[in-house]
Amino acid sequence: MDQPAHILSDILQFIFMGLQRGSIYALAAMGFNMIYNATGIINFAQGEFVVLGGLMMVTLSTALSLSIPVAFVLTTLFVTVVGICMERFTINPVKHPTVLRLIIITIAVSIIIKGAAMCLWGKNSHFMRHFSSSETWEIYGATILPQTIWIIGILLCIVAGYIFFFNYTMTGKCMRACAINRDAARLAGINDRKMVMLSFALSAGIGAIAGIIITPIIQMDYTRGALLGIKGFGAAVLGGLGNSMGAVIAGILIGILEAMAAGYVSSHYMDAIALIILLAVLFVKPSGIFGSAEAMRLKEF
Amino acid sequence: MKQKDYIGIAALTTLIIIVPYLVTNDYYLGVLIFTALNCLACIGLCLLMGYAGQISIGHGAFIAIGAYASAILTTKLGWSPWAAMGFGVVTVIFVAFFVGIPTLRLKGHYLAMATLGFASIVHIVSVAAVGFTGGPSGIMNIPRLSIFGFQLNSDVKFFYFSWAIVIAGLYLAVNLIYSRVGRGLKAIHGSQDAASSLGVNITVYKIKIFVLSAIYASISGSLYAHYVLYIDPGPFDVMHSVLLVTMVAVGGIHNIWGALTGAILLSLLPEFLSFLSDYLQGFGIRYKTDYDTLVYGAILLLIMLFLPEGLFDGLYRSIKAVFNLKNRLMKGRSQGAV
Repeated sequence: MDQPAHILSDILQFIFMGLQRGSIYALAAMGFNMIYNATGIINFAQGEFVVLGGLMMVTLSTALSLSIPVAFVLTTLFVTVVGICMERFTINPVKHPTVLRLIIITIAVSIIIKGAAMCLWGKNSHFMRHFSSSETWEIYGATILPQTIWIIGILLCIVAGYIFFFNYTMTGKCMRACAINRDAARLAGINDRKMVMLSFALSAGIGAIAGIIITPIIQMDYTRGALLGIKGFGAAVLGGLGNSMGAVIAGILIGILEAMAAGYVSSHYMDAIALIILLAVLFVKPSGIFGSAEAMRLKEF
Repeated sequence: MKQKDYIGIAALTTLIIIVPYLVTNDYYLGVLIFTALNCLACIGLCLLMGYAGQISIGHGAFIAIGAYASAILTTKLGWSPWAAMGFGVVTVIFVAFFVGIPTLRLKGHYLAMATLGFASIVHIVSVAAVGFTGGPSGIMNIPRLSIFGFQLNSDVKFFYFSWAIVIAGLYLAVNLIYSRVGRGLKAIHGSQDAASSLGVNITVYKIKIFVLSAIYASISGSLYAHYVLYIDPGPFDVMHSVLLVTMVAVGGIHNIWGALTGAILLSLLPEFLSFLSDYLQGFGIRYKTDYDTLVYGAILLLIMLFLPEGLFDGLYRSIKAVFNLKNRLMKGRSQGAV
């Protein structure tokens, strides 16, 4: 009679794995949404922020042997500055933006970051020690790494911070106003260019944190940006583009589906799952599961 | 076709005929053959991006399908290379058609991401379907092409053949631009709503041009397989699709000659950079091939920021500006004399 227990432990294992990877997609998706809400741009360099965060963390915590919290803060600051530079030097100066041009500009930035990461950190993947112990715990037959608990905890903290920031602080409310209607926000005295810069800063910072917390598990290398970025975008679309709470749920859902695909189908095709979900959502319901189709029609692409 | 297009094609043809007399090194001829293959894919991509205004970051996938169709059918089933290439084209037509119908309903960012996702899926399959594609170790011993028993067994022969196909493709594309279809596409680029109100069936046009551009990519892939005689998933990753977009954007999205210029320049760039690195070493600066990606990105960014219409257009305009200035100065002088 151990069949039901076996199924339970399998399901738990998929949920743990899904939470681990899905949290990263959720964070990447939140980054996409922030920039999208402020500017209407999809930032193709979002995945590179994640990579940059991971690689910088490896350097600070391993090569310079700083303690994890210090390295965490410094890395996040570093990538945030990269995000601000990106906005200042590549998005802000464009006087007559067209969608095609903005897409290619963010692609160019992603190539530059990728190239720089390859030059600075080399082509091999980088290892990092876990935040706490790397010994697994067993819960009902399923194993979980303490790092997974860290990942989930940090995701929850960021979601809480996000809710607090956008609902209870003046700057957050200004950003929301800009997202809803930029002209009206400007008339109300909000400096919209500053909000755009802030959105890039926050998005880069969140990307960096995603990279920092996943690196102990997946070993970061410079090529991972594109796939992480596109999976994050898949989560953003599934949750309804612009809807960050939807993105968190969608990200974790994609993570769990991926884990199940790896378990039941083949680990080779695991990466394809998120992409197939992305395409299916785009083709069937581009507004996502939590977005409204009416609001979608009013948005510009 | 306008007069300047005839002049352009004539000039390109002359250049192609001369080049093998100047470049005798097989390595550089190989580079020029890869340039031709990139040009072919970029001509198709330019029709889609520059003229119909639809971005695709997934054309590497069509190149891959063409290449794998040629490789698999010739090595495993013993088809003739031409039949395999034809089958590759037919496959790509079907795939592009069925991917295109839902994809091209999307606009802007969604279209870009959907095509990128499609390209990633094709790449993942080409790595993972080991029994079919050979997986990461790829497919070896692909036969050479031969035309009526005349084997394309040297680099010079393949050079002429590949560039002849580029010129044929270019001729077709330029003709298309000046046809009713080309004008319809430009109208779609300007405004989809306005175009459809003027009687342009935008869905059909977009899918047709998507399929056509995919055919260019597929033929480029088949030629790649028959030139290198070995394929693996490496060259068909997402980065290659991005590189194609880069080539078109750097040369000039809205002009087929610009796309061609971009494809040629960026294909030759690594060679130029390695040449430059010898020169720089004299000054004590060490240039490594690792920096290539960085240089590509920087070039693309600078072009997009300062010359959004591309190098070709920028060059054209600056030459025009110099002439205008000269004319004005001449006029000013003659007026001053009076």
